[in-house]
Amino acid sequence: MNPFFLLGRGFLKILSDCGGIFLFFLKSLIYSFSPPYRFRLLIKHMEFIGVKSWLVVILTSLFSGMVTAYQVNIALSKVGSQSILGGVVALTLTRELGPVLTAVVVIARAGSAISAELGSMRITEQIDALKIMAVNPIQYLMSPRLWAAIFVLPLLTAIADLVGIAGGYFIGTFLLHIDPGLLTARMIDMVEFKDIMSGIVKSVFFGAYLVTVCGYKGFYASGGAEGVGKATTEAVVISTVGILVSDYILTTIFF
Amino acid sequence: MITIKELRKSFDGFEVLRGVNLTIPENKITFIMGQSGTGKSVLLKHIVGLLKPDSGEIWFKNKDITKLSEKELQKVRRKIGFLFQEGALFDSMTVKENIMFPLKEHFKMSKREMEKVAEELLSVVDLLPAKDKYPSELSGGMKKRAALARTLALKPQIVLFDEPTTGLDPILQVSILELIKSLKEKYNLTCVIVSHDLGLAFKFADYIAFLHGGIIIEIGTPEEIKTSANEFIKKFIESALL
Repeated sequence: MNPFFLLGRGFLKILSDCGGIFLFFLKSLIYSFSPPYRFRLLIKHMEFIGVKSWLVVILTSLFSGMVTAYQVNIALSKVGSQSILGGVVALTLTRELGPVLTAVVVIARAGSAISAELGSMRITEQIDALKIMAVNPIQYLMSPRLWAAIFVLPLLTAIADLVGIAGGYFIGTFLLHIDPGLLTARMIDMVEFKDIMSGIVKSVFFGAYLVTVCGYKGFYASGGAEGVGKATTEAVVISTVGILVSDYILTTIFF
Repeated sequence: MITIKELRKSFDGFEVLRGVNLTIPENKITFIMGQSGTGKSVLLKHIVGLLKPDSGEIWFKNKDITKLSEKELQKVRRKIGFLFQEGALFDSMTVKENIMFPLKEHFKMSKREMEKVAEELLSVVDLLPAKDKYPSELSGGMKKRAALARTLALKPQIVLFDEPTTGLDPILQVSILELIKSLKEKYNLTCVIVSHDLGLAFKFADYIAFLHGGIIIEIGTPEEIKTSANEFIKKFIESALL
């Protein structure tokens, strides 16, 4: 087949997906402001996306903070600046690692489940059944999930920041024998409120983005069980890559 | 009650419906028959607005369904029930919760009242003992009866059935259609049934419409269909009697 045709087709598919995802987001958002308001579903999804993810987020951020401290110390020791280790680790976590790792963990744990659940509902005609019963399926299935992710991701990110910094502090003081007072003082000197808030604002965006992409892929899945599997894989890949790309863009905007 | 005019629909360049014209009579059971893959389910999904046609009109109570917005369609859908081939029950809910779901969405009722209505409907379809079971624990026939109870919860005027007897043994097939017939009498329903089982159609239909080549080639009472001069219908009847 003509390579230009394949390239063009792939490009058009990406464009169509981007447009579809954006419209899906807008619909999920707009429908959430019209009754019936589904507070019970909001709480249920906050529990699923947030409460059930906290342990994985803690484990991931703890070890990321520890390994960051360890590696950064090797670099800093070459220029004799080990005293700023605490500040560097805290900055890395609050600005980048905290929100990005949290989003990736939530994609793996909750995003993939959302995509698979909606995909399964699509192929068994449960989404059509909602329509038949005069229930708006996007409002019922997506709007509560969107707000749940928007509320919960910043909280998880804050936990990740705190635990990651604690991991870095632990390595700095107990393994690398840096003075705890100096470590904390540099951390306070170097990290500003803006650094913490930039990570939190990023996490709000990531929450809305990952739920929209995973929901969209599941909602429009087709082709039986194989189609659901494909939709789930695409959801995880697109949302993870998108998080990394958008993290770069948001960082250049914020700093 | 429902009038379809010149309905056309294509998928990937292949025209499935090529100008369907059909009037569905009120308070009767109308079977839509034809070979597999001729667009019977596609036609049914157009009637309830799940698919948009390329062209044509579907009139229901002086409104052309094909021109309605999604919000306006929601109002129409409360009057039209649809029984999916596999039931489409929500697998995260029990049978009773499935039936309570549309009540919760559209009526201001207490939980006790909703439970009462759900149990009444389950009694009608003879499924009360399975009220706390999940859809995965039900047989094919039980799923269809549970889905029928859920469909009736919104008190529809018309119920569309997409192959309600497919995959069931002959005794269950007859019992499902007897149930549909009794419900039609009890609730004064207009029923449209997509099927390719001619024997059941002759026994239970008030009218039979044949879809072939993307158009309705004939509609009539079972007696009229039996004596049809149409070559395709003659061949269909002969094959069914073999």
